[in-house]
Amino acid sequence: MSEKSSPGPGSTSEESKSSLASIVSEGARGLLVPLLAVFTAVVIGGVVIWLTGTGPAPADVKGWPGFLVQSGLWRPILAYSGLVQGAFGSRRALSETTVWATPYIFAGLAVALAFKGGLFNIGAEGQLALGALIAAWIGFGLPGITGPLPAIVHVPLAILGGALAGAVWGAIPGWLKARTGGHEVINTIMMNYLALLLSSYLLNGPWKDPDPTNVVAQTPPIAQSARLTPIFADYRFHWGFILALLVALAVYWLLWKTTLGFEIRTVGNNPSAARYAGMAVERMIVLTMALSGMLAGLAGSVEVVALNYGHTLSFNIGYGFDAITIALLGKTNPLGVVLAAILFGALRNGASRMQFLTQVPVDIISVIQALILLFVAADAIVRYIYRIRARGTKLVLTRGWGG
Amino acid sequence: MSLNRFLFILLAILVLIGVTEALGQGQAPPLLIAVSFLATTLQVATPLTLGALSGIYCERAGVVNIAIEGMMLGAAFFGWLASIYAGAAGLPMIAALLVGVLAALLTGALLALLHATLSITFKVDQIISGTVINILAVGLTGFLNRALFFQQEVPHAPGVLPTIRIPLLADIPVVGRIFQQQPITLLAIALVVFTHWLLFSTRWGLRTRAVGEHPLAADTVGINVYRMRYANVLIGGVIAGLAGAYFTLESVPSFEPGQTAGRGFIALAAMIFGNWTPFGAWSAALLFGAAQALQINAQFFGLKVPSQFVGMLPYILTMIALTGIVGRTIPPAADGKAYEKA
Repeated sequence: MSEKSSPGPGSTSEESKSSLASIVSEGARGLLVPLLAVFTAVVIGGVVIWLTGTGPAPADVKGWPGFLVQSGLWRPILAYSGLVQGAFGSRRALSETTVWATPYIFAGLAVALAFKGGLFNIGAEGQLALGALIAAWIGFGLPGITGPLPAIVHVPLAILGGALAGAVWGAIPGWLKARTGGHEVINTIMMNYLALLLSSYLLNGPWKDPDPTNVVAQTPPIAQSARLTPIFADYRFHWGFILALLVALAVYWLLWKTTLGFEIRTVGNNPSAARYAGMAVERMIVLTMALSGMLAGLAGSVEVVALNYGHTLSFNIGYGFDAITIALLGKTNPLGVVLAAILFGALRNGASRMQFLTQVPVDIISVIQALILLFVAADAIVRYIYRIRARGTKLVLTRGWGG
Repeated sequence: MSLNRFLFILLAILVLIGVTEALGQGQAPPLLIAVSFLATTLQVATPLTLGALSGIYCERAGVVNIAIEGMMLGAAFFGWLASIYAGAAGLPMIAALLVGVLAALLTGALLALLHATLSITFKVDQIISGTVINILAVGLTGFLNRALFFQQEVPHAPGVLPTIRIPLLADIPVVGRIFQQQPITLLAIALVVFTHWLLFSTRWGLRTRAVGEHPLAADTVGINVYRMRYANVLIGGVIAGLAGAYFTLESVPSFEPGQTAGRGFIALAAMIFGNWTPFGAWSAALLFGAAQALQINAQFFGLKVPSQFVGMLPYILTMIALTGIVGRTIPPAADGKAYEKA
């Protein structure tokens, strides 16, 4: 691919044109199945909304064609138009979509990177939570020990501290896998529950906001010096989104332009071959999980530093599962992950508008999400429905329980 | 399962009982504490035991099933929902609960059918297929729970399954408490014995293990690999459905999103720790259950340590168990690999 995209000095203009066309068509074909997977999932989600809907049609569909009103088909149509409106309908909607997409980009990259290394990280949720927790502490607690910090130090310290915490939380299951063969699928899930319980203890106990009016499990607000201020007044669009795009580029560069990335991918593709080639497979497993955890930790610390300015105990947000879907929808490619994350940001953001308009619970997004994952994973089904011939090789993602 | 591991589990459970005795010292007679601890352990170990058995059926046939959590959650929800509708339709409590249990079993079977179709027929990566079901279960139960009971009080199931007193044993003073259990708890123990017999003493079991260890060889001697895998995954789904029924029809008469709280994954760890054998998995499930029983008792006896730390115990124990500190375990040879008929 990369060879084709940069025609050598000797190539004629005709050759480069045809190779450009082939790249475009190749790219379009690569997008076809994911797009059809999303489309099919949305249609089935619409059927679920249609089937579970009750109650009379509201006033604003009175002018619609009779059969839509009587059959109840107005419901999914109204719901989805609310969703699109909520996601893209205004500048504020667009800004909110990027706010939602930001942690999804980081967490999706985390899962995608682990997949590249042959590891299944279901622990993005816990790594993210720990990243946010530590970033918040650096934000509100550290100045009490060190004295006031300048923003130029405090902001990066909080972001990197959270990233490091995520890296540690990811490295533990990585180390367990490398040293003992304990499977990362179960261990990362256990680490999620440990992160949740630890957060619950700290946010209800020693790190709880001591303000007498506070009844919520949350930290005090972080110091001004640890905050990244919004880019535009009145919008929540923040630097975190830009940072996420840059990190996506960095992950791409790491995976395909560096020796380390080559080693990660080789271990992921074929650990035995990697071992024969002299790579330290065990070390790569720990490192890959640490990098993956670091990306998820960044998702958490950026939320604290650039958006929320504190950390509140949240339960079952589902970032971890969302991140898996995003990574697979993006075919574990950093650019694909960014696109998938923006799509998911739009879905989650638009869903609240949808619930407000039509009382269709936002949870329908989780149903659609599961269906997207289903159709992406079992692309044979999509190919069968739409009569597309299979091309290319299959991604090898995970292996069985054996170390 | 090796004797070493069995002794380790026994010792660990004894330590947990000892800690509970120390906590409850002076607050209740020691024998009563031990008996109530064991009775609680048997109860809370039930979904773990059943989940691990579900995993054994699937994986002995060569299909990794990390969807047990999702199957349990879906079954807990639909079992609960069916019992509410059955109760509202005028069925007596016990009949409504049985309808609920049947719905739970059916939910487990349907989700298992999805897992089997994806991983056996479409040859989707088995761990991804399991993840699809886990996400689907979270989404579907969360959506329906809210869509059906939007802005209204969520109803309770008609009740919970009644306690059964095992004749004679239940009449022993104090200790008899252990032998007064609800039906799913008792059924789980019976299923452990049954599964052991089925796997190791019947032709069905031999064939199941054959397709899990060496499907090509099994195929060569005329065993239908796909059919054996489908059948075992479906059985596993039904058993995971029973585990789901435990949550909303035996333990408490209500449903909340995310109710299974990772029990399906702990059950998988119990299966691995038990080396894919029914009795091994059961003893591991009892160990994890005992950790949970300690947590319940610690709260009851007013332990000073924050409840969150005691709550970490089952999860940490699970991770330790997976390290193979007490001996390595060996999965079925073809576990996780799709079979491509030549």
